[in-house]
Amino acid sequence: MLFANFDINYFIFGVMPYVALTVLLVGSIARYERDPFTWKSSSSQLLRRKQLIWGSVLFHVGIITVFFGHLIGLFTPLWLIDALGVPHGFKQWMAVIIGGVAGVAALIGASMLLHRRLFDPRIRVHSSFMDILILALIWLQLFVGLGTITLTLEHMDGIEMVRFMTWSQSVVMLKLNAWAQVVDVHWLYKFHILLGLIIVMLFPFTRLVHMISGLALPFRFLLRPGYQLVRSRRQQALPPRKTARQRTNPAE
Amino acid sequence: MRVRAQIGMVLNLDKCIGCHTCSVTCKNVWTSRDGVEYAWFNNVETKPGLGYPTDWENQARWNGGWERTRSGKLQPKQGGKWRILANIFGNPSLPEIDDYYEPFDFDYDHLKSAPEMKAFPTARPRSKITGERMEKIEKGPNWEEILGGEFAKRSEDYNFEGIQKEIYGEYENTFMMYLPRLCEHCLNPTCVASCPSGAIYKREEDGIVLIDQEKCRGWRMCVSGCPYKKIYYNWSTGKSEKCTFCYPRIESGNPTVCSETCVGRIRYLGVMLYDADKIEEAASVENTTDLYDAQLGVFLDPHDPAVIEAALADGVPQDWIKGAQNSPIWKMAMDWKVAFPLHPEYRTLPMVWYIPPLSPIQNAAEAGAIGMDGDMPDVKNLRIPVKYLANMLTAGDEAPVVTALERMLAMRAYMRAKTIEGVQDEGIAKRVGLTGRMIEDMYKIMALADYEDRFVIPTTHREQVEDAYDLRGGCGFTDGNGCSSGISKGSLFGGSKKPLKMPTEVM
Repeated sequence: MLFANFDINYFIFGVMPYVALTVLLVGSIARYERDPFTWKSSSSQLLRRKQLIWGSVLFHVGIITVFFGHLIGLFTPLWLIDALGVPHGFKQWMAVIIGGVAGVAALIGASMLLHRRLFDPRIRVHSSFMDILILALIWLQLFVGLGTITLTLEHMDGIEMVRFMTWSQSVVMLKLNAWAQVVDVHWLYKFHILLGLIIVMLFPFTRLVHMISGLALPFRFLLRPGYQLVRSRRQQALPPRKTARQRTNPAE
Repeated sequence: MRVRAQIGMVLNLDKCIGCHTCSVTCKNVWTSRDGVEYAWFNNVETKPGLGYPTDWENQARWNGGWERTRSGKLQPKQGGKWRILANIFGNPSLPEIDDYYEPFDFDYDHLKSAPEMKAFPTARPRSKITGERMEKIEKGPNWEEILGGEFAKRSEDYNFEGIQKEIYGEYENTFMMYLPRLCEHCLNPTCVASCPSGAIYKREEDGIVLIDQEKCRGWRMCVSGCPYKKIYYNWSTGKSEKCTFCYPRIESGNPTVCSETCVGRIRYLGVMLYDADKIEEAASVENTTDLYDAQLGVFLDPHDPAVIEAALADGVPQDWIKGAQNSPIWKMAMDWKVAFPLHPEYRTLPMVWYIPPLSPIQNAAEAGAIGMDGDMPDVKNLRIPVKYLANMLTAGDEAPVVTALERMLAMRAYMRAKTIEGVQDEGIAKRVGLTGRMIEDMYKIMALADYEDRFVIPTTHREQVEDAYDLRGGCGFTDGNGCSSGISKGSLFGGSKKPLKMPTEVM
């Protein structure tokens, strides 16, 4: 049989990460290049302020914390952690506590936003299919992610965590047998990873692209000299201005 | 000195009849699209009133414009850069669409499609946002038209600051004026300063402030930053939009649509040269009442040889300098000092200026004697309190407004003497610090207001800075998506495409 050796684990944890990252990268570049007009945060605060301020702040602060928590937690090389002398159990506790609090905040925020998006007529009418889908997926992902904490609490030694670290680091290091690391973990973790990969793949086709702009903002805005911006059509710079002395004595 | 040129505007409120032609023609050209039904790049308000969006002038509520910190530095009133970034997830100072009004249309089709019934069919309102029936329209773009609504509410008008306003609620003492408003194309715009993406910019060559639609990410900080509330968030495209000063027309030497179509001929357009190096200092003077004078100090005299030399060195074209010398804006703002910036206390150094309206002399009818100041009526007896105008135009400083009103009254007296009695009374001119010649020039420009006197607009010299060869076969003005063919019906990236409907063969 053709698919006799087919393993769904290989497909999801060995192949899909590369597919997802490729779609993310190529899709985002294509959109930024071909259709910059659609690159936006799609704020709906103008139409309805209610539920947005609290919902959006809770959601964003929570999810940004969770995002960087995953980024740092998964991709910090093991040797670096060991060199710094951080015990794995301690790191696991940090992940549970910080991730737990931030995750709960993000879930409360996401619930408020999802409720607003589905049941406020103004917002509902002007939500695209993708707007609703991506918010629902993120809500589910937060829910599942918090659910995995209950499993994690049963083994706080960090062994499971190290497997996910090894897997994610192997993926970006192009070690193709990385998938074997996560074959034996609980299905809820696997579902969490699968959902994550799906969200990564949908990224360029949704409003999520505003994350990139958002991450660039502090650099753009804070490093901008002063406040004002002036644009000129002039292709070549004006000749350097004469000093007062040169003006009075053009021979110089 | 760094010389730049800007096309400025002056509106002569003395002649505004509140016909809204400017608003309607502007709307037809620029904002008759999805997402900006509620937006009026140009609107006309009846004053006193709360305006559109409601209470926009009250910056204690909306946090627009700049504030001077204790150290003498300027920062947007809604907060410095860190604060703006911190508010990005939810902008506490952003108005809701209901603060403007919920856009609506009427079921006109029902008038002709209704079945036969006993009652005459009516066209009932329907929301342009949700498409649902609206039982009651709560607000519109011009809700206080000709003093609509009760005085108690309208009197919350910010310009009543420091005025015993109760008596103006009495029928005999009531007063009103029109205030047409558009983007001020400020020298120190808070919208530009507030944009974290850097999508809003001021053009070097003509001072027009524009939003780069492809760079705007919809962080909506400009909406709250602008104290005039003249940046509108398009809830359909998710981008901010604003008055463009009809730049395609300005570039070709034509007046803006609102100016062109003004039936009262109240609008003037012309070049002002300004010193870009002086802007920050002028905008940060300590007392708000000094801001008007500080802005006058930013403008450069186009007749001064030193200014002309610097302007040429800074790339201002020769015909723009000539335009500045003939600018009606310069004459009204600088020579005659009859035009003033709108709310200079916001520290934005606005470039759309206003000539305050004269109004009927209040006591004349009842007393049989007009309050006289020598031979001339006393402007303190005008129906519109001078303090009210001063709060609007000079941060509360009455002296410049009084001078302007006196000069306008003097113009009437002088021209009446000249045309009816045949006397050229230099005394009238002298009393208000002018000469007879100046008054006749004022009369020509402000009263007769010929087209070529109102609009002195040099064309843009794109040929000097662009290779026209590269532009041939370009797409012209498109609604955002550049040169996309628009063949597919939907967009992979969520934008809607509206392909042109071409005639198709029927056979």
